[in-house]
Amino acid sequence: MERRMNAPGVLAAPAAKDFKSATKPVWCPGCGDYSVLSAITKALATLGLRPENVAVVSGIGCSSRIPAYTTCYGFHGVHGRALPVATGLKAARPDLTVLVTSGDGDGYSIGGNHFLHACRRNVDLTYIVMDNHVYGMTKGQPSPTTEPDWSSKLAPGGTGLREFHPLVIALASGANFIARAFSGDPNGVAALIAEAVRHPGFSFIEVLSPCVTFRPEQREWKTRVHPAPVEPTDDPGRAARRLMTDDGFNIGVLYKGSRAPYRPAGGSAQRIEDLECQFRL
Amino acid sequence: MDGNASVSVALAGSGGAGVMTAGNMLLEAAALAGYYGLMTRTAGPQIRGGEAAAMLRISTFPGDGQDDRFQVLAAIDWQNVGRFAAELPLGPGSLIVGDPAQGEPPEVFTRSGARYAPVPLKALAREVPGAWPNMVALGVLAALIGLSAEALEAAARKAMKKGLEAGIAAAQRGFAHAAQLQGYPLLPPPGKAPRWLITGNEAAGYGALRGGVRFVAAYPITPATELLEWLSPALAKVGGTLVQAEDELASINMALGASFGGVPSLTATSGPGLALMIESLGLGVAAEVPVVVVDVMRTGPSTGIATKSEQADLGIALYGLHGDAPHVVVAPNSLADCLAATEWAVGLAESLQVPAIVLADQYLGQARGVVDVPKSNAGSAAPRLSAEAGTTAYKRYALTPSGVSPMAIPGTAGATYTADGLEHSESGTPSAQASDHLAQMDKRARKLAQLDPGDAWASIEGDGETALVTFGSCTGPAREALARARAAGAAVRLVSLRLLAPAQPQRLKRALQGVKRVLVLEQNHSGQFLRYLRAEYDLPGEVKSLRRPGPLPFRPAEIHEALEQWSGA
Repeated sequence: MERRMNAPGVLAAPAAKDFKSATKPVWCPGCGDYSVLSAITKALATLGLRPENVAVVSGIGCSSRIPAYTTCYGFHGVHGRALPVATGLKAARPDLTVLVTSGDGDGYSIGGNHFLHACRRNVDLTYIVMDNHVYGMTKGQPSPTTEPDWSSKLAPGGTGLREFHPLVIALASGANFIARAFSGDPNGVAALIAEAVRHPGFSFIEVLSPCVTFRPEQREWKTRVHPAPVEPTDDPGRAARRLMTDDGFNIGVLYKGSRAPYRPAGGSAQRIEDLECQFRL
Repeated sequence: MDGNASVSVALAGSGGAGVMTAGNMLLEAAALAGYYGLMTRTAGPQIRGGEAAAMLRISTFPGDGQDDRFQVLAAIDWQNVGRFAAELPLGPGSLIVGDPAQGEPPEVFTRSGARYAPVPLKALAREVPGAWPNMVALGVLAALIGLSAEALEAAARKAMKKGLEAGIAAAQRGFAHAAQLQGYPLLPPPGKAPRWLITGNEAAGYGALRGGVRFVAAYPITPATELLEWLSPALAKVGGTLVQAEDELASINMALGASFGGVPSLTATSGPGLALMIESLGLGVAAEVPVVVVDVMRTGPSTGIATKSEQADLGIALYGLHGDAPHVVVAPNSLADCLAATEWAVGLAESLQVPAIVLADQYLGQARGVVDVPKSNAGSAAPRLSAEAGTTAYKRYALTPSGVSPMAIPGTAGATYTADGLEHSESGTPSAQASDHLAQMDKRARKLAQLDPGDAWASIEGDGETALVTFGSCTGPAREALARARAAGAAVRLVSLRLLAPAQPQRLKRALQGVKRVLVLEQNHSGQFLRYLRAEYDLPGEVKSLRRPGPLPFRPAEIHEALEQWSGA
């Protein structure tokens, strides 16, 4: 859906740095989200887009701060509702490229219902969830992807609850593109984002993005991640088996479907006065 | 009501008896004959098979309220219809039409002193293969009102797709049977003028389109669903878009997203849905994204009575948002005004870049009535102020004298910004500075403080030392009560507020100049409107409250009586 505006003599294609705003992030030093921000700007440059034709939408949380750190149009809404905002925006303005940035609390807990329906609706959006298995902005509470035995002030000794499996849920709900990325490899994340934007319909990228403050043990993720051993499948059955059995550290595109993106009804343009005949006596 | 005449009839029966179908045809026949009319409805909670009643008032003048009592109650059967007794008041002059094969009318109806006229509805329907008793009842009612057989047939031809000829034949049998009843027809012949037949929900939907709405997010909820269902195909015809949301949290945010994209947006709901939307309405205030929510109020709290009317969402609409969150609340005060008020609300939301809530209710929303053809363009609001491409050092939340700052629409080069629910600086960058907070609070308040609504802020009629102050669907019966009071020689004035927020204290002060008694009329239990008036305005003289919760609508006689008792005291 991207519009290429870099025809000769018109405008030079922006570089990655042109997508980065002057606003200083609130993130802790070493946060994985810095790399995701860089990856987004790199991907947008790779795609030849211009900032004014891209919207970055988010909810609340560390990762949701991203829109203001870009030079794109941004929408930093309320907790959990980024996907509906993006859905309305894309339905009303199909010419825009719309990215949604979220985290495991915002996207899987308070916004969980919207996740299911965004996958099902298959609007042409790219949904980037930075997953660090913790609520960072509120200083360290367990999220839906936190391990059951991770102890915290709110849940001493752990929640005892099984982790949410976002990729399986995305597949079951109808997402058209499912990938996992690791923030420690910004170029890899950028390539996956560019591919997701190009792929029609709802594209979901789960980015493992360590929280060095509340989950310092996640620094070890860099030793655990590995490229997905097989090519992406377009068969949901095979993808389901693969996702159910994977170790959570397979990096790459895991499923690529071919479902047609959502197209709301409409298109004709009668005069609105023509509607009055139904009321006339 | 000099020269004005009206007749109120009700048609009741169990679910599937077709009372709404017949009621709609009766209204259409009256409209085609040249009368004004209003049909409101009541139903049990069942999805199918529950009792229902169509309540019609056919008149020679445009009216928005029910009368004191019904002249005719016709019932296809009496199964559970007694549950509606409080909503179907009868008197000694009333007539009860019922099928003797369905048993005697319940005592709750006959103790009014109403006359009973047994009509074998089912037996008459059986004379025509494929016909149903509701069509016979339709014929009876049409004849009693004084409608012509031609108008009745024309209405049936417009409404019926199958069983048309059988339906017409059955209606004719009822029509002929009614000729045996004495004392009818009830109405003199009408005058004719171009008019519309429309429901309040359709009117609000059409008002939204006239206001420029081209994106709607929809989550079904009684009694707002019909508004969304009307908008779905209508939007497609005018190049707009409707998305069905997964819940109301999504629908309000979809509308905000589309509006951020530059497309005027709306959603419609009722109390429970409005409660879910409140957080995001605050986002619309902070990020200055225009959006309109039509709240078709039903009884609360919680699920309440989903199918019946109440004016009890006033508090949440005015004060439900957290933080200091100035926004617009508009209340239509007649069926026709559902169109004008919604159109106006869209204009206000767009020009002031704020959320606007339209407080309609089940009574107005689901009522179908004959209205004079609405005037074009009820509002005078300016369109959204947008930023132009190539703007240098663009500041989305610039501190302008009016408080309204140019809003860049995505796609505009050189004016990108992040719309934010976080407090922000003029440029939109998140800020925790006290100075930015104060400046932006002042800016958002200034937009509304500087609004000049002109005469549209209220409907003001008459003068005198007694004033009746009300809003919304109470206005119809209030207007009629005041007409009676004036006919009896009293000087009374009506002030029906249409713009509830921002409050207009100077305007109300002028409207109430010289008033010594203020009667505040509203349909809720706690007196939300009275408390709002006390908070925002200085009410002159002695103030009294006339209120009760839904679903029973106020009737002119009880309002007139309250005024008379007071003046006499």
